[in-house]
Amino acid sequence: MSSLHQSWYEAGARERIAALVDAGSFTEYVGPERRETSPHLGIFDLPAQFDDGIVVGAATVDGTPILIAAQEGRFMGGAFGEVHGAKLTGLLRAAKALNRDVVIAFDTGGVRLQEANAGEIAIAEIMRAVTEARIAGVRVVGLIGGRAGCYGGGGLIAGCCSTLIISEQGRISVTGPEVIETNKGVEEFDSRDRALVWRTMGGKHRTLIGGADLFVDDDAAAFRAAMLAALVRPAKAGSVRNASSVPFGRGERPGLDLATLDAEQDRLERRIARFGDAADATDIWRTLGIDDARAIPDMPSAAFATLAAQYRESADDAR
Amino acid sequence: MEILHFDIAAPVPAGGTRAMALVGVVASGNLEVLVERGAAADRCAIEISTAAHGFRDLWDAVVADFVGRRAAGGLRIAINDGGARPDTVSLRLAQAVRMIEEPEA
Amino acid sequence: MRQWNTRKQMREERIAAGRGFATGKLVDPETLVDFLEAVLRPGDRVCLEGDNQKQADVLAKGLAAMDPARIHDLHMVQSGVVLPEHLDVFDSGIAKRLDFSYSGPQSARIARMLFGGKIELGAIHTYLELFARYFVDLTPQVALIAAVSADRHGNLYTGPNTEDTPTVVEATSFGSGLVIAQVGEIVDTLPRVDIPGDQVHFVLDAGRPFYVEPLFTRDPAAMTETQILTAMLAIKGLYQPYGVRRLNHGIGFNTAAIELLLPTYGEKLGLKGKICTHWALNPHPTLIPAIEAGWVEQVHCFGSEVGMEDYLAARPDIFFTGPDGSLRSNRAFSQTAGLYACDMFIGSTLQIDLAGHSSTITANRIAGFGGAPNMGSDARGRRHPSAPWLQAGAEADPDTAAPLRRGRKLVVQIGETFGEGNAPLFVEKLGALELAEKLDLDLAPIMVYADDTTHIVTEEGIANLLLCRNADEREQAIRGVAGFTEIGRGRDKAMVERLRERKIIQRPEDLGIDPLDANRNMLAARSIKDLMLASGGLYRPPSRFRNW
Repeated sequence: MSSLHQSWYEAGARERIAALVDAGSFTEYVGPERRETSPHLGIFDLPAQFDDGIVVGAATVDGTPILIAAQEGRFMGGAFGEVHGAKLTGLLRAAKALNRDVVIAFDTGGVRLQEANAGEIAIAEIMRAVTEARIAGVRVVGLIGGRAGCYGGGGLIAGCCSTLIISEQGRISVTGPEVIETNKGVEEFDSRDRALVWRTMGGKHRTLIGGADLFVDDDAAAFRAAMLAALVRPAKAGSVRNASSVPFGRGERPGLDLATLDAEQDRLERRIARFGDAADATDIWRTLGIDDARAIPDMPSAAFATLAAQYRESADDAR
Repeated sequence: MEILHFDIAAPVPAGGTRAMALVGVVASGNLEVLVERGAAADRCAIEISTAAHGFRDLWDAVVADFVGRRAAGGLRIAINDGGARPDTVSLRLAQAVRMIEEPEA
Repeated sequence: MRQWNTRKQMREERIAAGRGFATGKLVDPETLVDFLEAVLRPGDRVCLEGDNQKQADVLAKGLAAMDPARIHDLHMVQSGVVLPEHLDVFDSGIAKRLDFSYSGPQSARIARMLFGGKIELGAIHTYLELFARYFVDLTPQVALIAAVSADRHGNLYTGPNTEDTPTVVEATSFGSGLVIAQVGEIVDTLPRVDIPGDQVHFVLDAGRPFYVEPLFTRDPAAMTETQILTAMLAIKGLYQPYGVRRLNHGIGFNTAAIELLLPTYGEKLGLKGKICTHWALNPHPTLIPAIEAGWVEQVHCFGSEVGMEDYLAARPDIFFTGPDGSLRSNRAFSQTAGLYACDMFIGSTLQIDLAGHSSTITANRIAGFGGAPNMGSDARGRRHPSAPWLQAGAEADPDTAAPLRRGRKLVVQIGETFGEGNAPLFVEKLGALELAEKLDLDLAPIMVYADDTTHIVTEEGIANLLLCRNADEREQAIRGVAGFTEIGRGRDKAMVERLRERKIIQRPEDLGIDPLDANRNMLAARSIKDLMLASGGLYRPPSRFRNW
């Protein structure tokens, strides 16, 4: 009905999956009717959600089978708990066993305070499962552009993915703005300065420093198009494949290896050497060679994507 | 958590063939409503789990209004409530019975 | 022999006293407080601008810094009590008596000070009413006003926020009072002249723009599905059947949701060109999508809105603009337009009682009236017909012969049955009545009287009070849309069903509104950024509304 595109930022977890996959192809695992809810929240007199804030299952995209997960950023800020984490771990282990690519729509503030130990363990298990799946040649594509961003352990998991797709609204970080302000003071980071938060953790900055790979509009269709592109990218740098002639899901898919990790380590060391003294994201953008760095936040997506393609640090070594 | 059960007469049977529908999300001032089939065709069973204690009268009124106005016969409804206002509950219930009438997505 | 020019003489004395602190008309900013003490007299009637949006903030600070031993007992007559200094002068004794209209951000403090006897209250007015009294019995002796810039002759440019200034200056200057203007800069040539220099006696170069607050920016990101449902009810149940083309909207989220549904839901109903074409309205950012989609023919504004300046200048076919290209607003004229030339007012309120009286004043918050009672009242002096006005008149009074029957303005209260902090919209007794008892007022501060209110819209439905034939029906019609509030649960269910059969009450299902459509995807913009994009980048939202 609306003449507008479907906003990714606005959409819920189930709407995001519906926008990404072929119509009618989604089969949910451990769905809400199973009522596998958190065993911890009730102790704190907090309401549970039937799917524990994450939807996982199998679907096809343009006919090719994938596994897919989407976090619900509005339930407990999309935070990881025991059940929530186990659903994602299980999906990733299944991906390795089935040799199917995985798409994860992140929307999370990190680990739930009320089930911190279970949540932290879940983060570690998920990172291991992502890595093992990737070593086996599976692509793990992360999508970031929701209300809660991708913080805490979610930021760590995102860092393990083979491709990250992000919108301007998307934010990636381990420590969130409020926590930085609480620990280091408002002079260090004013969490209420929205423009500062976005230019430090937001999609444009992450794209420019190679913290994300594909920049898209806040549009579910744009996320789908980028996901399709990511699913035909080589699973690892150096594996040259002609995307147009070889359908994704088949062909050579060498996995993550030590050489790739070494290359990423080198890149991160270069990044610290190059930008370590920068006080603000705009300083980094200037160092990248962008003259009018202050114009970046207001720049429309298409213009930004063109500019980013020319100046950005590439993370392709790592992913 | 306070758990409330209602099993009440629902004169108008639910439409559609879909097995279940889910609307809403558990967030502050919001709620999720899971609708499944299985109650007798002229009854509606509702289970509510809420952190806001002591509002049984209000839920009673909302539920009675709902079965009076909407096609809710034969439905089993489960609610996780994040402290939603009665008008929000009413809207979600209306959306849920409309959703289960829709063809499978 | 009576002297007939004492007022003018008094003004000459004040000008002479002020000259010691000024070069020509230009006041030395260093000596502002001394200057004010020189030109003011104890007990003066002073208009400190004090508008809905713009504030003569530097003059307010100067006024508050005066020595109460020298200047005291001022009678403040100003439409807006907005800045802390507006009340500080009462704490210190510089001012004593207050006649005002609106006190949004100071509503809690003004209530405390009234209870504490710090303020002697004249009355709480509507804008038009206070402006009217400027010309009858509340003519200011001194006006302290705000403008964007001045030239050396004292001509003033107000920019888009002209607001009250022409009215205040007209009354003060031609009433032999003294006009002092605060400006952001002195320039050689003004973009346009909003106030002629011979009506202005002194000018203060404040060195920075006056304070102005974005009051009419509603972030679409905060709109709820309940608000969307309520907006759909209003469009399909009121705008469409009455064919409302000339109207005013309040400033709440409910009416902002209506603005954002016009290009989507309104379009689907085929209403483009049939409703919402002519407005008396501030430049709401949420109206941008409807304007861009070609719904709106003309808008006259009370004031402006921060960030909308370039957009307004780029749409002169829609908005009233000056030779410089920028918006010219005027509160008095726009209020008159809302009173006489609009067929509908629709706005939110805090409390509605069982008769249909409504008020935004509660026992500990006195927000004043602003313009809503002028917009939200039937103008008894109206004589020109229009289809919605005649239709409403016929519904209210079917028995009188048409040529002798007055029309009725549609006065609609819209809101959710539970408001902020889960406060019920419907109450047995208005907080305004308790306030009147506490302060021993002759009149309870009612925003819209029951006999002016024609419809109430909530998420539960629409109550058409025009069709009610007695007090009982009216009460049950109100209870019938009061949802799960105590008032709503106290309804006579059988009677409410009979009212529904007579279409006095209409529910979403009666109007064929699908609750699944009450979805944020229905909004033509879902964020401030969407509004900015819809404007082609011309709307520049203030930083607090950005998340990019």
